Amino acid sequence: MGKSLISNNIRSLRFNHNEMTQQQLAEKVGVTRQTIVAMEKDNYSPSLELAFRIAIVFNMPLESVFSYQDDPRKQVL
Amino acid sequence: MSYQEKKNIVSLMSTVLISTIYFVYVLQRYQEVALNQTETFRFWGSAILILIPVSIVAKIIIHIMFSIINTIATKEKDPAFSDELDKLIELKATKTSHYVFLLGFVLAMASLVMNMQPSAMFIILFFSGFVAELAGIVTQLYLYRKGV
Repeated sequence: MGKSLISNNIRSLRFNHNEMTQQQLAEKVGVTRQTIVAMEKDNYSPSLELAFRIAIVFNMPLESVFSYQDDPRKQVL
Repeated sequence: MSYQEKKNIVSLMSTVLISTIYFVYVLQRYQEVALNQTETFRFWGSAILILIPVSIVAKIIIHIMFSIINTIATKEKDPAFSDELDKLIELKATKTSHYVFLLGFVLAMASLVMNMQPSAMFIILFFSGFVAELAGIVTQLYLYRKGV
């Protein structure tokens, strides 16, 4: 719960795409506006399917929209 | 505050209101009628069965009223569907709710083992159902606010 390890730049991408509103993006990818709000606040990691749909809307590869920051407390042996 | 959060707060208040009023009514009736062992089971059985349609109808009416008032006040349309976040939050809330009810069920069975009256068992069951519903709503509210 709380902050997700997956961060995104949906907010800036929306702004660069004709100042798309959260509601417009939500309608394009088939979720509610609340889900877009949660993702922008890094409070929710979307499913892979939704992540791809968002990337397709912005016409960008998935890695350009989402990035993964591993928990530094986790030590990989 | 989002629509989902407001909806959960309304659910919380309506659950407290409906359950409290109904429980007070049932307790008053229980004290009015002198019951033997068989009638006690029938009394509590019917009390719980009647609560189900009463609470469903009351909640539907309250939610319709909330929806109308919210649309007038905020000019925001209600979400017509539940998406993956809503479903995930609902699943987690249902899980919490089930654990709480399970605890209440165990307590109700323990009351029988301890030779308490059958009415005590039904009251514990009724109360645990109420607390389980509250726990589910509070979990949803928390997850919508803090994230999943």
